[in-house]
Amino acid sequence: MTLARVVANVVSTEKHPHYHGYKILVVQPVDPQGKPKGRSLLALDGVQAGIGDLVLVVDEGGSARSVIGEESAMTVRTAICGIVDRVDFEA
Amino acid sequence: MKLGRVIGRVVCERKMDCFEGLKLLLVQPLDEKRKEAGAALVAFDTVRAGEGDLVFFEAGKEAAQANPNGWFNPGDAAIIGIVDSINGALSS
Repeated sequence: MTLARVVANVVSTEKHPHYHGYKILVVQPVDPQGKPKGRSLLALDGVQAGIGDLVLVVDEGGSARSVIGEESAMTVRTAICGIVDRVDFEA
Repeated sequence: MKLGRVIGRVVCERKMDCFEGLKLLLVQPLDEKRKEAGAALVAFDTVRAGEGDLVFFEAGKEAAQANPNGWFNPGDAAIIGIVDSINGALSS
């Protein structure tokens, strides 16, 4: 899992059936201090996250499918599985 | 998943049977502000996307699963949605 910030919401009508009914969010991976790190990616939302939230993202098929609870959604790879309240960490 | 723009079409007369009937499109990956992010790649289409469309695609082994001709194929990028709009892009 990685830390990321939700930066946008993607609206799509025409999409693969595995993705019907899920919110698609753009997430920007961040370091523990909250600084952007690397390229943004799209994730399916499993926890009712919103723009601005710090979240936990999984970028692996089996994990992402368990987040959305759809074992058969074989094309799904990235999902948000938690909203982070706080990161305790010493630099 | 990543955002991208369809910038062209790739035509292959000779290809593996598992790609028969599929459209191969050239996709430029983008960030949420629609700025180029990385090198263009070839993805097969599952949603009738066309040149100029803003799309999202899946890369890696999960992409192969979107192939209607069966899961056992070498596809490593699949266009799985056409983007209508991107809302609230924060400065990140």
